[in-house]
Amino acid sequence: MSFINYASREINCKIVYYGPGLGGKTTNIQWIHEKTRADAKGKLISLATETERTLFFDFLPIELGTIRGFRMRFHLYTVPGQVFYDASRKLILKGVDGVVFVADSQEARMDANVESVSNLQGNLKDQGYDLAKIPYALQLNKRDLPSAVALAELETALRIKDEPVFEAVATNGTGVFETLKSIIKLVLKDLKSR
Amino acid sequence: MVILEADHEIFVGLLDTILAEANAGYVFLVDKSGQQIAATGKMDVDSTSLASLTAGVVAATEGLSSLIGETRFSTLFHEGEEQNLHISQVGEKVILLIIFDEKSSLGLVRLRTQQYLPALEEAVAEVVNRSQGDVRAAATLSSSAFAEISDEDIDALFG
Repeated sequence: MSFINYASREINCKIVYYGPGLGGKTTNIQWIHEKTRADAKGKLISLATETERTLFFDFLPIELGTIRGFRMRFHLYTVPGQVFYDASRKLILKGVDGVVFVADSQEARMDANVESVSNLQGNLKDQGYDLAKIPYALQLNKRDLPSAVALAELETALRIKDEPVFEAVATNGTGVFETLKSIIKLVLKDLKSR
Repeated sequence: MVILEADHEIFVGLLDTILAEANAGYVFLVDKSGQQIAATGKMDVDSTSLASLTAGVVAATEGLSSLIGETRFSTLFHEGEEQNLHISQVGEKVILLIIFDEKSSLGLVRLRTQQYLPALEEAVAEVVNRSQGDVRAAATLSSSAFAEISDEDIDALFG
């Protein structure tokens, strides 16, 4: 649910990074945090376990500039990927404007990817959203690993509509900002068309 | 949700009253998706992070309440050594956070919250009802926002 504040001339939107555990959602957010100018970003908050697995969420606010006098602010969240944190994932989707699905390209994680897409569909539905309609981008992460599945195979298994697809290596930033720009554009175009 | 300048003035007016009458340090209104609506007080605090974490706490507590079959926990209290947090729900979509220290007390904060909650709920309900309609319809109430954003504007954000 976008948030327009005429008093402070701000438009805030919420983007959630979703996907299976250890797929690179937090790494995406960390890269964005690292490479964004200090005056355009807020504090990166990570609610993680002692072993740095996301427990509840990561949160990063960024500001992109102004459109027609409104500051455009985006709140980026990740969900915990591990299967048993489903209750938390549901909560974080509340008020979402756009979703990035971060898939793990490794062959051994194919089932986890497919299960997570299905979980996303179900959890969005529970919050009153339809994945077929919500702004959505698919990021195929870990493309540098030798066990990465062929692109076409991943797309066949994971693509659910005409969403943009990005190959990524989040640890070195490949594809990270391309994915972010894409989802932001989709979100703004969606809000504009409503 | 669309907050117009007039809404903001009403919210800040109510929050200022609560701040003064509860002897609080900071009073903050946030929506359940983690967006700040209005705030007042002199504390130096990262309000964006505060909004997100407050929404997270409330969301987690709602999850807990449904697990044990409770409708909701309407109030949360976090007691610190110097600062305390009092969190209450304003209708279904908004959260009121009050930060206070030894200059106030839990009883006083609760009293003022109960006293001003109906007025806050009424103001919030008006905003929520309007925001559930068309964003553009709401935008026409003030200078336009989304309705006039062009594809070029969006592209220009990325230089």
